[in-house]
Amino acid sequence: MTVPAATTAPPQSTASGSLLSRLEIDVRMLGMVAALAVIWVLFDLLSGGLFLTPRNLWNLSVQTASIAVMATGMVLVIVTRNIDLSVGAILGVVAMIIGVVQVQLLPSWLGFNHWLTAPIAVLVAVTVGGLIGLFQGWLIAYLAIPSFIVTLGGLLVWRGAAWWVTTGQTIAPMDANFKALGGGIEGALGATTTWIIAAVACGLIVVALGFSRRRRVRFGFPVRPAWAEAAIALVACGAVLGAAAIANSYPLPVRTARRWAEANGIPWPEGGLFIPHGVALPVLVAILVGLVMTFLARRMRFGRYVFAIGGNPEAAELSGINTRWTLMKVFGLMGFLCGISACISTARLNAATNAAGTLDELYVIASAVIGGTSLAGGIGTIAGAMLGALVMQSLQSGMVLLGVDAPLQNIVVGAVLVLAVWVDGLYRRRIK
Amino acid sequence: MQGNGTTPLVEMRNISIAFGGIKAVDGVSVDLRPGEVVGLLGHNGAGKSTLIKILSGAYKPDAGEIYVNGERADIDTPRDAKGYGIETIYQTLALADNIDAAGNIFLGREVLTTYGTLDDATMEAETRKVMARLNPHFRRFKEPVKALSGGQRQSVAIARAIYFNARVLIMDEPTAALGPAETQQVADLVLQLKKEGIGIFLISHDIHDVFGLADRVSVMKNGKLVGSANVQDVTQDEVLGMIILGKCPPGAVPGPGAS
Repeated sequence: MTVPAATTAPPQSTASGSLLSRLEIDVRMLGMVAALAVIWVLFDLLSGGLFLTPRNLWNLSVQTASIAVMATGMVLVIVTRNIDLSVGAILGVVAMIIGVVQVQLLPSWLGFNHWLTAPIAVLVAVTVGGLIGLFQGWLIAYLAIPSFIVTLGGLLVWRGAAWWVTTGQTIAPMDANFKALGGGIEGALGATTTWIIAAVACGLIVVALGFSRRRRVRFGFPVRPAWAEAAIALVACGAVLGAAAIANSYPLPVRTARRWAEANGIPWPEGGLFIPHGVALPVLVAILVGLVMTFLARRMRFGRYVFAIGGNPEAAELSGINTRWTLMKVFGLMGFLCGISACISTARLNAATNAAGTLDELYVIASAVIGGTSLAGGIGTIAGAMLGALVMQSLQSGMVLLGVDAPLQNIVVGAVLVLAVWVDGLYRRRIK
Repeated sequence: MQGNGTTPLVEMRNISIAFGGIKAVDGVSVDLRPGEVVGLLGHNGAGKSTLIKILSGAYKPDAGEIYVNGERADIDTPRDAKGYGIETIYQTLALADNIDAAGNIFLGREVLTTYGTLDDATMEAETRKVMARLNPHFRRFKEPVKALSGGQRQSVAIARAIYFNARVLIMDEPTAALGPAETQQVADLVLQLKKEGIGIFLISHDIHDVFGLADRVSVMKNGKLVGSANVQDVTQDEVLGMIILGKCPPGAVPGPGAS
């Protein structure tokens, strides 16, 4: 029997297609990065160079963190053909609860600004958020109530509950250590830490690329050409180091720097001190959440099941997957992430208000969808959703810089959402 | 009936299930011996697929028992069925379109590394091996199965069923979506698996298909068993009479559904 050699690669349609597929680069993701670059350059030109400054980019990163964290969970929710409209309200009720915990409950036992206060508050946040999510997930998975209804009800219930915690009173200020989670000056990690983190990240990128290549070689699978592997490593490390450099070129304000110098016994020089912010803690948290969620989605059984359920729920069930429990866990995870975002936004505001997170559900869903998550289920990436969050925040903060009125901002963001989904649909139909 | 001495691999006794008052399967008994191919015949809506979904764990019967190797088996979920070595190739193929071939073949039974993460490399290597046997031209290991042709998707579904050392294989209309060459491939595979001692339930509405491959046929009509027969003892016309009229010929053992 003559069978063509099984090792030759199938012919590709076009030369560029073959190059991109050989590099195994996600063309969609590349398009999003390009769109983001266009938005940034455009705003920079329109604002006369105000947008692409370390200061604005640093603020942008901090503003994106809370939505980006929740968007990673929303990807999994939407991938399973569900929706969660309650994330903003969950954030609100969790924010109020941790406000009460750290301002009214814990100080009476531990005293003010005890080192344990912040960890306990975070623990309470993710536990309460996770439990709320699991409960909603149970209603959806085991009682078969549509997620749209459960979480629409949840939106009203948890927003009402947020008011109920203190009958509407705002709680402030937050614990001193806790505030670091919100970024700001307490949450800026400084130059040295930032460079160390960036170096570690670069090391991990190289190790991970090498590891996966070695594995494929061992099994005799096709691998990327070596130059491509090197180029990818170089671009990725370059991006990490570039981001670190930008975060490190945004100095602390003069008064803060002077206070810091006095506290550390450093004499104040004539020209002032250049003390860089470095990466903000909430941004680091968001990046870590993104990495963990990507790992969960791509490397763990749970993620495989989530995508299988989205691709074909019946097939998933027939394969012996416990689809209900998987679905319940997805919503539990969403609630857990709302808990993290509640910490970030409460710390950033330095206050717990019952309006915290209002309309966040819409921004979170929009981020996931702009990031390429298909509402039909089965398709979506964590990185895409985080990029989507960054696109949304860039639009908003850019328009603020340009002095665009708030109502017009909403109109633009809404129009961009619809446009993005249309373009994405066109792209998908063409590659099919 | 042939092979009366051996214990059946699988025996379904007096199985009944109703959906909203309609008895989709009503007191049906069928059995299957090692290395035997049993054709399940009947019109659309006769209850073949429902009966088989009870065996594969997708539905729970209202009444009746299932025996595997002569012992009572509790099959409540697809996982239970797979635990007894009962694998199914569904008419719809039941593939997750957004996942690649390896992901589908190992769905629900992933190979994990020592760290508990998915061992994609091992799964891909195993997939390459099993696909080389089923469909030597198959190359598209990295693409979601949505991008594959009907025949390729079929081979992924078959690979999933035979990879895990099935002892009982259920094939629900396995050739419905295939061209002549691919249909022949499936027929060859059935004969090869039969030689390995695997018992096969072959569900089809095409009696030519079934007569070529099956040792016995069982015919269902309106949820009831019309009868069972060795293929040598009946003609195709007689089996057609069973399917259409529910008339049991002298060469067959009549069931409760015979008129």
